[in-house]
Amino acid sequence: MNNLFYSFFKTLCSKPVAIELKNDLILTGTLHSVDQYLNIHLLNVSIVSPEKYPQLSGLKNVFVRGSVVRYIQLPSGEVDVELLMDATRKENAVKKNEKKVKA
Amino acid sequence: MSSISAPLDLIRLSLDERVYVKCRSSRELRGKLHAYDQHLNMVLSDVEETVERVEVDEETDEVIVKKESRSVDMLFVRGDVVILVSPPLRTT
Repeated sequence: MNNLFYSFFKTLCSKPVAIELKNDLILTGTLHSVDQYLNIHLLNVSIVSPEKYPQLSGLKNVFVRGSVVRYIQLPSGEVDVELLMDATRKENAVKKNEKKVKA
Repeated sequence: MSSISAPLDLIRLSLDERVYVKCRSSRELRGKLHAYDQHLNMVLSDVEETVERVEVDEETDEVIVKKESRSVDMLFVRGDVVILVSPPLRTT
């Protein structure tokens, strides 16, 4: 099971993020929580270019289905890239060993 | 075990390098790869995104291709929008 990004996003809870959806809508807010599907609960939401989406004005508390996300802009100061790369290498190394065992 | 045996190994060897990512809806990304998984979810830093928009001039019927670029410090990309990933250009 893919836990790398789930664990990664758990470390970013309570940090500010900007979520760009596949329909080009951009939501900014505070990451409250995330689950294994990378569904996201966002607090203090504000919409970028609200004039295009008047029906969404006033939303403050949003659940975003993981599958409609295109990008998530992250606070670069909060990301430990060395830790990320180690975790990535480890995750993919584990996959390799699993394959060997099965073979 | 330095040889490439599976397609994802190509991406593993590109960790900590600048890669080119082509995405759906005419989007291209260039950035340093820090993380990926089997879905091709990725985290990139120092990202340059280029979006191509095609517009048709109503009077002349000319097709105009507009390229828009923007920069992002740190970006998570969801794997299902990824079309291809290419490692940095090497001399080999």
